[in-house]
Amino acid sequence: MQKILEVNNLHVTFTTYGGTVQAVRGVDFHLNKGETLAIVGESGCGKSVTVNAVMRLIPNPPGKITKGKILFKDQDLTELKEKRMRAIRGVDISMIFQDPMTALNPTLTIGTQLKEGVKQHHSISDKEAEKRALEMMKLVGIPNPEERLKQYPHQFSGGMRQRIVIAIALICEPELLIADEPTTALDVTIQAQILELFEKIQKVTGISIILITHDLGVVAKIADRVAVMYAGKIIETGTKREIFYNPQHPYTKGLLHSVPRLDRKEKLQPIEGTPPDLFSPPLGCPFTARCPFAMEVCDKVYPKTVNQSDSHEVDCWLQDDRAKKLLTTAVKDK
Amino acid sequence: MHDQHPREVTRNNVPDEWFTWRKKNKKEQEQLARPSLSYWKDAWRRLKKNYLAMSGMAFITILVSMAIFGPILSPYEANMGVLSEQYQPPSAKHWFGTDNAGRDVFTRTWQGARISLFVGFMAALIDVTIGIIWGGISGYKGGRTDNFMMRIIEILYGIPYLLVVILLLVVMGPSLMTIIIALTVTGWVGMARIVRGQVMQIKNYEYILASRSFGTKQSRIIRRGLLPNTMGPIIVQMTLTVPSAIFAEAFLSFIGLGISSPNASWGVMASDSLGAILSGNWWTLFFPAFFISVTMFAFNVLGDGLQDALDPKLRK
Amino acid sequence: MFKYILKKLLMMLFTLWIIITLTFVLMLSVPGSPFNSESSSNEIVQQNLEKHYNLDQPIAVQYVLYLKSIITLEFGPSIKQPNQTVNDLLGRGFPISAELGLVTIIVALISGIAIGILAALRHNRIIDYIAMGIAVLGISIPNFILATLLIQQLAVNWSIFPVATWQGPLYMVLPVLALATGPMAIIARLTRSTMLEVLTQDYIKMAKAKGLAPWKIIVKHALRNALMPVITIMGTLLVGIMTGSFVIEQIFAIPGMGKYFVESINHRDFPVIMGTTVFYSSFLIIMLFLVDIAYGIIDPRIKVNKKEGEE
Repeated sequence: MQKILEVNNLHVTFTTYGGTVQAVRGVDFHLNKGETLAIVGESGCGKSVTVNAVMRLIPNPPGKITKGKILFKDQDLTELKEKRMRAIRGVDISMIFQDPMTALNPTLTIGTQLKEGVKQHHSISDKEAEKRALEMMKLVGIPNPEERLKQYPHQFSGGMRQRIVIAIALICEPELLIADEPTTALDVTIQAQILELFEKIQKVTGISIILITHDLGVVAKIADRVAVMYAGKIIETGTKREIFYNPQHPYTKGLLHSVPRLDRKEKLQPIEGTPPDLFSPPLGCPFTARCPFAMEVCDKVYPKTVNQSDSHEVDCWLQDDRAKKLLTTAVKDK
Repeated sequence: MHDQHPREVTRNNVPDEWFTWRKKNKKEQEQLARPSLSYWKDAWRRLKKNYLAMSGMAFITILVSMAIFGPILSPYEANMGVLSEQYQPPSAKHWFGTDNAGRDVFTRTWQGARISLFVGFMAALIDVTIGIIWGGISGYKGGRTDNFMMRIIEILYGIPYLLVVILLLVVMGPSLMTIIIALTVTGWVGMARIVRGQVMQIKNYEYILASRSFGTKQSRIIRRGLLPNTMGPIIVQMTLTVPSAIFAEAFLSFIGLGISSPNASWGVMASDSLGAILSGNWWTLFFPAFFISVTMFAFNVLGDGLQDALDPKLRK
Repeated sequence: MFKYILKKLLMMLFTLWIIITLTFVLMLSVPGSPFNSESSSNEIVQQNLEKHYNLDQPIAVQYVLYLKSIITLEFGPSIKQPNQTVNDLLGRGFPISAELGLVTIIVALISGIAIGILAALRHNRIIDYIAMGIAVLGISIPNFILATLLIQQLAVNWSIFPVATWQGPLYMVLPVLALATGPMAIIARLTRSTMLEVLTQDYIKMAKAKGLAPWKIIVKHALRNALMPVITIMGTLLVGIMTGSFVIEQIFAIPGMGKYFVESINHRDFPVIMGTTVFYSSFLIIMLFLVDIAYGIIDPRIKVNKKEGEE
């Protein structure tokens, strides 16, 4: 399988009044062509920052990519000049945002906002751009596209707006689509429609998708692989099946237990406590303070990455043989 | 423990004995939530970092104390001059020089500060009082009461402020009292709008709804639940009312509707000495003009600083 | 949209009526007002007054006739200047004041918006601090003080510009500068803050994600939205400029309406004060109304929506 995107040891910091926030602290992941990777985690864990870094849309100041590589089709995006990067945005990599209510400019017509992307990157006439816009509107399933092209965002419902946002993102036929919580702000029924739209688009265009979400239901529906993020680090990655049926990290387990399920009569188990302060992130595993299996070592050193399978990696000291011994004795004692 | 392992511990050479269950300290659970400063302490911390606002505050403090003690400390009378000592430039005897009637500009400046600050603070105080009552009731009651009260505000807001003030002063005759009355007749409207907006927003928050459902008395909800949380914008608006009242007083003096001439206000002093600039007696104009401007500047930067400090969301 | 205009129109007429009635009541109660017919020095003036204000009629009739005279734009005679009516003064003074005001507002708008945008784009850098420092200063220095300062430096000391009167473009420079600084500072601050807010909006991020050039994002996406609030304060700024022109015209000896107005205040020439107040208030209220309408036209959301109208 061909890797379209590979992120290595990415660090992003924000300088604020209170000090420096280490929002992303060494993130590694990759994305294969045509697959959907879901990045999940609580709010503030750095997932949005990570993908914004890929787009090089971190506002600087205060934000900065301090370390790491972002290889898109073997070129390092962190080293590109802003002008080169602009030629990639929208053309090779597109992005859509959480709230369709605010992602569209209220004072410009939908048509204008759809067309301006293609016109920026390809020297085509307004007529051709309009034709392209109409095709996109049809692809994302907006009825009467000719008429609606002349309307303003406030004349559309939330779900329709998100379709338009997707159309805008796809109009230059990018190879990678980054969707930052694309369904969070929508009603549940609309959510399902939008997710189906993603599947349809992927089938039609073969596009690769990075999906950011904190909704495991969304992950279950459309992701191929999953990366779980916590406090600026990816703590576990694997295929959807591996993460859902064989989670290794206590945090991942906690996440799965805190989702209500209809098919089992288990009590919901919320994860106690709150994530650590990223102004001064802990030396060891950031989940230690909330972890039911925390050991002395977890406080002191960040764990090694352990491969469970070719696709399944986890950062946890419980994978260490010595921890496994401790676990078995603990079970025996009981 | 570190002594036993002088070598740096990396993830590859972790000692075996670290693999024991970690003891949870009780403090940790409590500390998980970041220690949060109280709203006012936090605001004060932010304000302290804003040097411009802090120097504005320092200037205002000095000005207020000079307004109180300046005229007392000075050996001269503010409104009595010696004609033979007319238009003396600043000197050791008269620090700010003397004016056309031989009056000591230094003394008059502080006397003027009393008037200007009095007008400014009184106007702000009255605006706040009326504004909080009007805006509080309007916002809290909502519905038809609010609609009616807002209509009145909208109409008053549409009437050009200074024109009404001029008109009222022409009718009532200029004096310290009438100036303050004229300035506040329509001046409270801005404050009322702000208070109303705040109250409308906050009254739907859960904690207010909760205390309502307990059957707490309305007046208590307004006093204890709503007002403290609307204080931020009110304080900012107050800080910005003071300079605009000071400006209005100076402006009115300038067009002949201010405090009458032997009395000193900065506006009167400035307008009295307009001609002086052509004749070269710059100091008679300079000092009142300087103090009006710097005072307004100080209040404006303090107001800006307070706004930033009290509303961190707006902080850019 | 029609309903919106109608509502604003009714509001405007009501406000106008309040002002007209207020002036009438106030003038009635002034000691030494023309209505009390003690103060006039001149026979002809007295007769003119009585004729215009129908002083021989009962108050209710006086009021109705007064309303009628204002609707027909007859503001009555002056006391201090015999054979002069307020209309004569307005006819002479208003065009000059309007010219001064217009130039001022254009200068203030262009420079204010430019400074505001520059400051926002260089947020938290030196240029931003300098621009905002100047803006706070501009708000803090009263225009009459700025005017005297300008005369002192640029006219008296260096003789670059003429000191006073109104005889051509060169004569405009100092008064316009003195008058425009305040509004310019206000516009600059407002433009900066709304611009900063707009720049954090998702649609700006979206435009960036499309790969648009920075200038295109600013002009097409940010500016338009950032300037909306500037339109809403245009009315207030006009009021400020107009009241400011009272003193500025006085200081620069410009024979505009403001100068007559201040003179009439000093002479307690009540009919002129009253007439001018009513005229100016009406003018401003109509301006405020037009600003409201313009805002409704420019912002596409106001036309249809009812839910999202924040203010």
